[in-house]
Amino acid sequence: MPKAQPVRPLSTPAISARLLWTAFAVVSLMLLLTYLVAFDQGAVSRSGMFLHELMHDGRHLLGVPCH
Amino acid sequence: MPLTEGKPALGYGALLIRGLLAGLIAGLLAGCFAYVAGEPKVDAAIAIEEANAHADGAAADHHDEELVGRDAQKGGLFLATGLYGAAMGGLLATAYTLLRRRLRTPSDTRAALSLAGAALLGVVLVPYVKYPPNPPAVGNPATIDQRTISYLAILVIGLVAVWASVVAARTQRAEWRQAIAAVTGFLVVVAVGYLLLPTVDEVPDTFPADLLWNFRLASLGTQVLLWTALGLAFAALLTARRTPATQPGRETVAAG
Repeated sequence: MPKAQPVRPLSTPAISARLLWTAFAVVSLMLLLTYLVAFDQGAVSRSGMFLHELMHDGRHLLGVPCH
Repeated sequence: MPLTEGKPALGYGALLIRGLLAGLIAGLLAGCFAYVAGEPKVDAAIAIEEANAHADGAAADHHDEELVGRDAQKGGLFLATGLYGAAMGGLLATAYTLLRRRLRTPSDTRAALSLAGAALLGVVLVPYVKYPPNPPAVGNPATIDQRTISYLAILVIGLVAVWASVVAARTQRAEWRQAIAAVTGFLVVVAVGYLLLPTVDEVPDTFPADLLWNFRLASLGTQVLLWTALGLAFAALLTARRTPATQPGRETVAAG
């Protein structure tokens, strides 16, 4: 039977349930941040269009549909 | 193997910090590029937008309210690319943590660069060809929700295509068959996505073609720069942890 993993990568921690939950929380936070930068129209940030307008040029140049 | 042998694993927190930092650096670099290459195009497009608004005699477009002035918007560009870069860096570090053991390479640098490259392909290039970015004055505000959903859909399809490419390659043993399977798997998913999603064609006939082209080029450059710099910076920060100081037994090796 061939060895599945000839490589022994040691740069990452072992995958545990705790790690997965932490990763889930981090991914949610990162997606929320992305949403505020790239997609918010005031509904989530409660800032009206302020955040949208402030980061307006970034949206266009990062390729996100803007208006 | 000697690269990873005997080196302690980094915790998720340490990897995450490196990802966020790499993302912030990459985002600010991309912001500099966008400022130099993209802002003049945005200015030109806004001038056209305002000229059109005056010609129509229509008021109350949200740009006329000047909620945020143009100078502040140019500062906001760096805020946007910096935060966006940091968020992407956090996602890259998380993907690296969860997928490192599944990437069949002994090199951490290659693993980090492959993931960043996969993201560049899936979330930048695949969406770019289907829904190329538009400057201000292009796009019908009434369709923004539908266009945003389509954009997110093609982004997910881009990532699925990259995943399908890897899965297809791993069904084959010979290297040339792996390459063909990878390309085929990728193209099939992308083609299905491109055919199923609606086409957007909202560029006004009067909008200057060269300005549109130059804006889209600047946008492509910004995004490619962001992901390239993110991959390189993350790989560098990962490898920089291997300081001989924490490995007393290796000092002679490092000196030699």
